[in-house]
Amino acid sequence: MSAPVSAPTAASAADTAKPLLSVRDLRKHFAIRGGILSRVVDKVHAVDGVSFDIEAGETLGVVGESGCGKSTTGRCILRLIEPSSGEVWFQGADVMKMNHAQLQAMRRDMQIIFQDPYASLNPRLTIGAIIGEALTIHKLVNSRQALEDRVVQLLETVGLRPDHMRRFPHEFSGGQRQRIGIARALAVEPKLLICDEPVSALDVSIQAQVINLLEDLQEQFGLTYLFIAHDLSVVEHISTRIAVMYLGRVVEIAPAAELYDKPIHPYSEALLSAVPIPDPTVKRKRIMLEGDVPNPIRPPSGCHFHTRCPIARPDCSQRSPVLEEKRPGHWAACHYRD
Amino acid sequence: MAEPLLDIRGLKTWFKTDDGMVRAVDGVDLHIDRGETLGVVGESGCGKTVTARSVLKLIDMPPGRFEAGQILWQGRDLIPLSMEEMDKIRAKEIAIIFQEPMTSLNPVYTVGDQIAEVIALHQKLSRKQAIAGAAEMLRLVNIPNPQRRVHDYPHQFSGGMRQRVMIAMALSCQPKLLIADEPTTALDVTIQAQILELMQEMKERFGMAIMLITHAMGVVAETCQRVTVMYAGNVVEEASVEALFGDPRHPYTQGLIRSIPRVDRSAEKKQRLEAIAGTVPNLLEPPPGCRFAARCKFAMDVCTQAVPPLKEVGPGHYVRCVL
Repeated sequence: MSAPVSAPTAASAADTAKPLLSVRDLRKHFAIRGGILSRVVDKVHAVDGVSFDIEAGETLGVVGESGCGKSTTGRCILRLIEPSSGEVWFQGADVMKMNHAQLQAMRRDMQIIFQDPYASLNPRLTIGAIIGEALTIHKLVNSRQALEDRVVQLLETVGLRPDHMRRFPHEFSGGQRQRIGIARALAVEPKLLICDEPVSALDVSIQAQVINLLEDLQEQFGLTYLFIAHDLSVVEHISTRIAVMYLGRVVEIAPAAELYDKPIHPYSEALLSAVPIPDPTVKRKRIMLEGDVPNPIRPPSGCHFHTRCPIARPDCSQRSPVLEEKRPGHWAACHYRD
Repeated sequence: MAEPLLDIRGLKTWFKTDDGMVRAVDGVDLHIDRGETLGVVGESGCGKTVTARSVLKLIDMPPGRFEAGQILWQGRDLIPLSMEEMDKIRAKEIAIIFQEPMTSLNPVYTVGDQIAEVIALHQKLSRKQAIAGAAEMLRLVNIPNPQRRVHDYPHQFSGGMRQRVMIAMALSCQPKLLIADEPTTALDVTIQAQILELMQEMKERFGMAIMLITHAMGVVAETCQRVTVMYAGNVVEEASVEALFGDPRHPYTQGLIRSIPRVDRSAEKKQRLEAIAGTVPNLLEPPPGCRFAARCKFAMDVCTQAVPPLKEVGPGHYVRCVL
């Protein structure tokens, strides 16, 4: 595989502190099988060379539209999906080289919460059993009483009541289920929490409750988040830095405020301008993108965005732009924007 | 004052379930004038979709039933109409598009056939002419290569393109009212922008009114003239879009607006979102008073005793709150 490319980090080069998580040239190609022999007839380039770092205590937001590879990236980092190639370094350890036991141990420090709070909780287990499972697996408690005390403590941390532990998932609303998912992830005291569209299925008033909870927990436990979502307003609100993905690649990474004020990549710019603003007095110029996101089985040559890009030039279909640091801490992959 | 195009009065649409009667829509009043876009907003289960479907009587009965109220379409109550009479209204006067276009398109017919079927309801045309009309509709909604795409099946279109097909089909009967039920919720944000722009263009071209049902306050702010806010089966506030966002009066509307993260305010110091505590009440046994009282930070004793009436607090601005 190609040598690790320099990657966008929050810290300057002089800063010697190692990032909590480093991802280098991560790729995931899903095989498409066809014919009577189920031969591989094609590949979906879901993640196509993604690199970034996450510093301890920060929130890196990952945004992009359906099929941009943001969720697959999150799952590859935990090796819930086996990456095709690339490197993942977590707390200085090479995640790609870990065996099953090492991976198990690593996942104590790196947890994930999912979009669908309905599908991700076992309907046959009580809330107490769901939250307590990881505590037992990782042998973090040594008695029934200690287990119960810890579950009660976790329920209270996420704003649920102790008596909820004897109930089943169907007795809870969507927002409450997401709190349960968060309590389960927190049980093992992780350092990094991968949040995969954690509020997308929730109504706005409930969404705000969960976002506030995540912010409180970050402060309380010094958590680091990889926050994956398609809703730019939510990502902008919660993130320290944001990575924008398009068709399996990161096209821009910047501090949240900077990305929203001065986006460099034409895709980020169009994406931001498409977000409806809940204020009728705000009138903005909208950059309307033509057409749909291309098929990730055959992504466009060169810059993946050139087929929809308002400033594309002929050579954009020939040369793939690499992520470059165009301004301090602000990286973008575009030949013609600085 | 001119008669509204659609005037819903005291509508109650209830559903009988094994657990009891669910009061999904419980006394809704709203109206739409000719050519205007009315936003109907609220969160899951507030009754906005049931209200919309009640207008076209697309509610399974049983378990659903109209408990009370009137749905006046150009002055004529739709509730007592027979299915045949409703078919005429549905085909020619009121059209509807849904959140998930794939479930409302027939997968075994080409989109051309499906649009041609609607066109043929109005005009006596040969099949060839009707298909040509369908291609023309596809061109109007900006589908590339309409002459060729008219022979494609729904699965050959992307989500955004399918919603364009649905809009083409809805508009081919030149309705006076288009009901759009979460038309962009399943779409990516750049595609949502395209579809909202298309709806706006089509509205100007055909002069129809739109009833836009959505949970997204941003979409409402950008596309509607007036807004009705629903909560747990009731209308809690009705106002022009400027008044609603500029001076929201119901605590629920205020909470809804303040709970949304704002992209356009990124430069300012980040504020904590104002979440609304608690969850929506169970509509099997709605609380006796104001349905929002249990989550309202201004709630008083009187709020839990009787449902407050809608009162006018400004021209065309109504609020269901005792404050």
